[in-house]
Amino acid sequence: MVHQPPLLEIRNLRVEFPTRRGTLVAIDDVSLQIGEGEVLGVVGESGAGKSITGAAVIGLLPEPGRIAGGEIRLNGRRIDGLPEEALRRIRGKEVGAIFQDPLTSLNPLYSIAAQLVETIRTHLDLRPQDARRRALDLLKEVGIPAAEDRMDGYPHEFSGGMRQRIVIALALAAHPKLVIADEPTTALDVSIQAQIIAVLKRLCRDHHASVMLITHDMGVIAEAADRVAVMYAGRLAETGPVADVIRRAQHPYTHGLMGSIPQLTARTDRLVQIEGAMPRLTELPAGCAFHPRCPRAMDRCRADRPPVVSAATGHQVACWLFEDAAAPAERRDG
Amino acid sequence: MMDAPLVAVTGLKRYFDVSAPWLSRLLERKSRRLLKAVDGVSFRVARGQTFSLVGESGCGKSTVAKCILGLHGMTEGTLTFDGREITDTASRAAMAPIRRRLQMIFQDPYASLNPRWKVRSIVAEPLRAFRQGGQSGGGVRAQVGDLLRSVGLTPADADRYPHEFSGGQRQRISIARALAARPDFIACDEPTSALDVSVQAQILNLMRDLQREFQLTYLLISHNLAVVRHMSDSIGVMYLGRLVEVRHGDALFTDPRHPYTQMLLHTIPSLDVIGQQRTPLAGEVPSPINPPTGCHFHPRCPHVNARCREESPVLRAVPAGEVACHAVQEGRI
Repeated sequence: MVHQPPLLEIRNLRVEFPTRRGTLVAIDDVSLQIGEGEVLGVVGESGAGKSITGAAVIGLLPEPGRIAGGEIRLNGRRIDGLPEEALRRIRGKEVGAIFQDPLTSLNPLYSIAAQLVETIRTHLDLRPQDARRRALDLLKEVGIPAAEDRMDGYPHEFSGGMRQRIVIALALAAHPKLVIADEPTTALDVSIQAQIIAVLKRLCRDHHASVMLITHDMGVIAEAADRVAVMYAGRLAETGPVADVIRRAQHPYTHGLMGSIPQLTARTDRLVQIEGAMPRLTELPAGCAFHPRCPRAMDRCRADRPPVVSAATGHQVACWLFEDAAAPAERRDG
Repeated sequence: MMDAPLVAVTGLKRYFDVSAPWLSRLLERKSRRLLKAVDGVSFRVARGQTFSLVGESGCGKSTVAKCILGLHGMTEGTLTFDGREITDTASRAAMAPIRRRLQMIFQDPYASLNPRWKVRSIVAEPLRAFRQGGQSGGGVRAQVGDLLRSVGLTPADADRYPHEFSGGQRQRISIARALAARPDFIACDEPTSALDVSVQAQILNLMRDLQREFQLTYLLISHNLAVVRHMSDSIGVMYLGRLVEVRHGDALFTDPRHPYTQMLLHTIPSLDVIGQQRTPLAGEVPSPINPPTGCHFHPRCPHVNARCREESPVLRAVPAGEVACHAVQEGRI
């Protein structure tokens, strides 16, 4: 059997933001993989580093951020540290992106058709009329009603949900292998959210694209993702198959996070409360970043940072509670 | 039987004039256009309970809260508070003692606190405005300290500025400010929508603790049905300016009647069903400027018939509440 490398492999990624008051480490030693056709959910609270991880993959880190360590491989080929010109060819062609606010992803001065045709012709060698036909097909696929008549309309003529559908069409215009969807439903009403998640899942399946779905909404993850990575303060807390992480959360942070979500199906008197708030990147504590809020913190947690160990098949946790459970071979230190 | 409600809203209407300017109307022969943000809403909130309004953006839920607080005038309808009609807002002096008892918490804790004021001034503002807690500086200082402590902050936080706090802590400051006036009723407009889930849990728990401690009555505005279920005694579902269903207790979740409520509940992702695709609610909310005739929901409704397109349904009793739907009344669903 030929060993198939994962479609996207992030290894020991470190992203830094040099500031006047010192260097902030926004992403610290994060490793993730996304297999072909897989949907990886990246979940965490604001400031956990989930969006920065996505931005690092498409080379769109906000200034003055930089990748300070580790590597990012797409189909086995390194894509971190590529020159801008090479990155531009990857963006759109191999990696598509969907952002939270569809209005800022679309140019208000160009018609929908013009924007789609431009993207298609930048990356694919098609004649203008063929590109326009492909644009129309894509708009039909994402469910724009009367696409033929409306494709020459401008973004402001569409509702929020329709705009997000157009952004999905744009992201998939050049047959990318991977789509980074950063909070694609956060700006939308609940009844529209379900529509957009359904469209995103269907299209990525039909176009054989993998998805990195970045969101703060565990419900969206439960519904759409195959695997999930939970991030906290720029580090990976837990990763595994979505059912395992939701039903058998191992990390005390994930555990608290699940309990703090009010449920529709059952009524509890009191929600589980994680005391305090996520530390600022300027004030990260020593050891495990979660220890000041952790109900099960031990001395070791305050001193040493826990390595990522296996808790079950494909289910990994960065927590000292599971150090003994891990197979010795999987420990990073001897 | 329900005892006398603290707040009763009857036939509340609030229209906004969104017509083109006078000259354009004259030249282009356009007619006046009215946005019926709230179009005949009635409900009662019992003392010490939480009544929630849920619905998608633009359904008019925040406008209802602002009308009760007097931040918007009412186009039509009556409002009673603690047995007194407060519809006529003409006399400021007569309203002042009532204003104190009605307070509000807003969605965005970054926009609702003055960045140039210290927390002490922010929390003390209602004390000064309503002349509570004596005139001595020491009395106000002690009260601010107590208020901050009751929302889980420390008296020392009074000397800091809002930007020094996280989103959740800022929402605690907003709550302390609302409590400073010693209100009976607090309208909470999406109080946790801008917060992360773990912080949301802290704020929701705090709101419930404070409700018990101070016998507060809440009007909770939210689009999050799970939050609403967790917090509410009664719930009203709004669609395009009208209430389509009002239910008490858990009835809305265990036995939803209105097709819109049913579809709304169906679209919420649940942690219990993993990898299962929800049936998305078809269509979008139509414009409130030009709403559909009859039942506003009829273009998206699977149970629509000719009557729904023409006659707008009124709320009628069902077990544990009321529903406005022809299909339910005719026994079609």
